[in-house]
Amino acid sequence: MTALVPPAVGRIDRRTRTLVLLGVSAAVVLGVLVAGSWAQDAAQTTSLGERNSAPSAGHWFGTDWLGRDVLARVLSGLRMSLVVGTTAAAISAVVALVLACAATVGGPKVDAVVGWLVDLFMALPHLVLLLMLAFALGGGTDAVIVAVAVTHWPHLTRVLRGQAKQVVNSDYATVAVQLGRSRWWVAREHVAGHLAGHFLVGLILLFPHAILHEAALSFLGLGVDPAEPSTGILLAESMRFLSAGAWWLAVLPGLCLLLLVKVVDGIGENLRSLLNPRSHHL
Amino acid sequence: MLTAGSAARPVVAAVVARTARLVLLLTAVAVASFVLMVNSPVDPVAAYVGADVASLGPAQRALIAQRWGLDDPAHERFLSWFGNLLGGDFGFSLTFNRPVLEVIGDKFLASLALMALAWLLSGVLGFGLGLVAGVRRGWFADRAITWLSYALASAPTFWVGLLLLYVFAVSLNWAPVCCAVPIGVPADEVGLGDRLAHLALPAITLSVVGIAPVVLHTRQAVVDALASDHVAFARAQGERGVGLVLHRVVRNAAAPALLLQFGSLGELFGGSVLAEQVFSYPGLGAATTTAALGQDVPLLLGIALFTTVLVFAGNLVGDRVHALLDPRSRLVDLRGTR
Repeated sequence: MTALVPPAVGRIDRRTRTLVLLGVSAAVVLGVLVAGSWAQDAAQTTSLGERNSAPSAGHWFGTDWLGRDVLARVLSGLRMSLVVGTTAAAISAVVALVLACAATVGGPKVDAVVGWLVDLFMALPHLVLLLMLAFALGGGTDAVIVAVAVTHWPHLTRVLRGQAKQVVNSDYATVAVQLGRSRWWVAREHVAGHLAGHFLVGLILLFPHAILHEAALSFLGLGVDPAEPSTGILLAESMRFLSAGAWWLAVLPGLCLLLLVKVVDGIGENLRSLLNPRSHHL
Repeated sequence: MLTAGSAARPVVAAVVARTARLVLLLTAVAVASFVLMVNSPVDPVAAYVGADVASLGPAQRALIAQRWGLDDPAHERFLSWFGNLLGGDFGFSLTFNRPVLEVIGDKFLASLALMALAWLLSGVLGFGLGLVAGVRRGWFADRAITWLSYALASAPTFWVGLLLLYVFAVSLNWAPVCCAVPIGVPADEVGLGDRLAHLALPAITLSVVGIAPVVLHTRQAVVDALASDHVAFARAQGERGVGLVLHRVVRNAAAPALLLQFGSLGELFGGSVLAEQVFSYPGLGAATTTAALGQDVPLLLGIALFTTVLVFAGNLVGDRVHALLDPRSRLVDLRGTR
């Protein structure tokens, strides 16, 4: 059965469009990082004369209850999200890769243990696990990074393990084993190449989850230090002023977080369709 | 193939296997969370005493520690805690000043109304939208629905809640701003209408979280079903329009949606933690936050075990319903459990 391919829009082919989108998204992420570190001072500068003012030409996103510029706070909050997200997603992805490789190379016993570990981590609601970890680690930014990092690998481990198994059970891998190659050789020469793409895409697609969970933890009060302008903290602060009509405190930071997540997600999806053109229908 | 005569034994074996799995899982969760809690930097005595901790002398502190067995080796403490669990004693919640099981039972009842409403809402709405998107694939309706689902999938739950709160409770004044019942009204005088009014916004918030996966998977299942041979055959026989979708597609598309809905109880609970925080709804989700912030270890451990059972039960029911709807998935059972 052949899927209907929508006709190409304009004269640009899909590959070029994907590449352009990737470039733009990467530029946006970099821009947020730079603007975020640039805005860090402004995010803490209070000016009590203009408290809770609505968005205007001087303050595009308005000001909060201490007269701090919300745009600056949002930018440095997003930078914080990106830093936490990158670190946590990278650690998670590496854990997933190591476990998936161990399950493939180590034989059925290791495989069973890995499968059981995945089940164990998926047995609890993710947020409850995060809350317990953040609590056990005593809160703070480091605790959030660790908590987010050690809870996001199960899904990717499953994907990578499934992929690795497919390769190991394929004819050419079987032939290699029968020719006397070791498991390690098969893993290195045949499996690694197949996993590289999935690993990269999986790593980037972990980002949004990590960012959103960091924001959720901070929102609940168990995340980053309340003095740091994280998006979760901004939204938690906004709750006190929402009934007074300060909509810009809640709407704009959340919208920016949503857009950032979409952009990072887009990078992952576009990379996936570049690396594996058949998967873009998913 | 599974025949009627031999059906009884595999079922018993499956039930035993599942129960053993649950017990093993609960034990593992208990051990893991206990280890986490024991190694946490939080001082249980300070957490218990609260603000008066400064006036606590070292002798008194030692007395409390000895009374609670804080100086015993970790495995002894675990065994005594675990023994109590088996006897149905989950300990005493310090923040709520009541036994943990009572707190969980009470709060879960409040959460259950919220979660059930949100679960139904996201299931029905998600399935409907997914059906429309799949049938109208490539058209405007499909694009709009798919785009909306992707947007919702990336939206923070609590932000959606804040938006709804601002629009419907603050600006339009259609819904109350907080809590499960009106403030200052005795519990027995609160009518059903009041309760529903307080439930509406949190439930919508919570359902928004779960809707995207249902829509997208249903859409894909509908697309697959419409491209299948049996639909082509039905078309060749002259079936068209709504009848074709209702008779040939809905059952195929319902299987993944139901599996997903039952499998997402954990996500649903996670969402309820956030939604209840936004709307100050006094359910189990809010209790989880309170327990973590108030360093209430017994309650946190109790909630961890309770939600494990919840997620497990959801997956189990989901598997059974899936097997009922899709006979192909039953064949897997015969090859033995994983």
